[in-house]
Amino acid sequence: MIISVASGKGGTGKTLISTSLALSIMDKEIQFLDCDVEEPNAFLFLKPVIKEVIPVEMPVPDVNEEICTHCKKCAEFCEFSALLVSPNKVQLFPELCHSCGGCALICPVDAITEIPFRIGSLKIGNASNIDFVYGELEVSKPLSVPIIREVKRKTKKDKLVIIDSPPGASDPVIAAVSGSDFTILVTEPTPFGLHDLKIAVDVIKQLKIPFGVIVNRANLGDRKVYDFCKEKNIPVLLEIPYYRKIAELYSNAIPFITVMDEWKEKFRKFYFDIERIIGK
Amino acid sequence: MKQIVVLSGKGGTGKTTLTASFAVLSKNAVVVDCDVDAPDLHLLLNPIVLKTKDFYGAKLAKIDKDKCAICGLCIEKCRFDAIDENFNVNPFLCEGCGVCGIVCPTRAITFSQRKAGEIYTSETKYGFMVHALLFPGEENSGKLVTMTRLIASIVAQDKSKSLIIIDGSPGIGCPVISSVTNVDYAFAVTEPTESGIHDLERLLELIKHFSVKPLVSINKFDINKENTRKIEEYCKENNIPVLGKIPFDPIVTEAMVEGVPVVEYSPESLVSKEIKMIWKKVLELI
Repeated sequence: MIISVASGKGGTGKTLISTSLALSIMDKEIQFLDCDVEEPNAFLFLKPVIKEVIPVEMPVPDVNEEICTHCKKCAEFCEFSALLVSPNKVQLFPELCHSCGGCALICPVDAITEIPFRIGSLKIGNASNIDFVYGELEVSKPLSVPIIREVKRKTKKDKLVIIDSPPGASDPVIAAVSGSDFTILVTEPTPFGLHDLKIAVDVIKQLKIPFGVIVNRANLGDRKVYDFCKEKNIPVLLEIPYYRKIAELYSNAIPFITVMDEWKEKFRKFYFDIERIIGK
Repeated sequence: MKQIVVLSGKGGTGKTTLTASFAVLSKNAVVVDCDVDAPDLHLLLNPIVLKTKDFYGAKLAKIDKDKCAICGLCIEKCRFDAIDENFNVNPFLCEGCGVCGIVCPTRAITFSQRKAGEIYTSETKYGFMVHALLFPGEENSGKLVTMTRLIASIVAQDKSKSLIIIDGSPGIGCPVISSVTNVDYAFAVTEPTESGIHDLERLLELIKHFSVKPLVSINKFDINKENTRKIEEYCKENNIPVLGKIPFDPIVTEAMVEGVPVVEYSPESLVSKEIKMIWKKVLELI
């Protein structure tokens, strides 16, 4: 089973929830995939021993200037502005390349081959019984989706797979959550939380993934998130109040459920609720 | 004209709260929301939209089944697995690269532009605002950020505004890169958590890569004073000015619920006083 944890708004508690869920379930083999490759944080909480680092590379064009006639067909074709052809030189912007391979196909004189270009890495290890995989985008590289896809390729379907998604509602989120059996949307009861929850709900509905909501810092803000969930028949599966103690533990990257024992039970119950909803 | 972008690496550290307050405090600025995935600034600044511009993102392939020879070349050459065995294009996976179009022997594939979002030019009681919305699930957020900034520069020139304040997205990927290129200052809002520090370091590296001057403020600094000290030390070592430290105060959430920037909602609170002090320092630097 694959459970992903997402949110429209950043900083609502995705990593707090996904790591707590992973740590509260003892009787299952768990795989944790951190797909927030721009700013991966789950490793700070689960402290895995990393055993393998695999570079993530994308094929980008390499132009043989001796053959190239500077006809510009490649640059005209490229939707991503990764090639600039002047009368006697081709300039490449590999960080903009989406690796579609079109430039090599369209080149009339076969001057283009492809070479690997590193955009990030996969880090693989384990934290006691949890298999841990995370992706890390190299700073200054813009494309996170190919790294997310590489992380997802490591999915072990026979385990309980927990995915920590990036924030937002665009293609990186889709790459992270697609294929999930269930998505947990983490929000907070504020106008920002509600506004971005609605956007996230739109995306998850388009993907036809069953989902439910966790309200974090539930005692701050107002009631409108609850009204929205009620109106749309979205189950609110768990509420976590704002306690200064939770915030302080979080600030030191200590999962609060390892200190506040009663919450382990609540997370376990929350997991059983998900199992019940999706009927597994 | 000067441009400053408010960023954070980690989400939820207070970018929009600060940007909205800066909008109140600045007298001659155009405010821009470039968190196009999850824009929230309008919830505090309550803009009246003057003009809406459609944003067209990636192209989308369409296969004409009548012309299709079922040869499968498109499926084979598509590197995004966007065409299934029944020759249907998955709009979530199609990146609009055009490869299927050039390999199709019967020219059965055409491309449509898809409307992927909107850009709004608006007026608020604090001045002009340019903001955008990327439709849920779309791609090309970086391109939308670039276009939104372009419109903001035109508005600023038109209205003789000397400053553009940009609210950025979390992370360090495509939309953030588009919002940080060619600005004068990047104002990083962080919090004293292990996650906040980790993400701040990556963000500062990015800011440096694009040769932009970094500024830092620490939000909710009293949640972990030891980590706050670590951030201050790190910034000192790297010659990055820390302009202020804002305490945790539920008044920030209260102001948000009321839909009002905190410096206006509660001008005498410690939070507001600190934000005003930070803004004064920003103006001195600019």
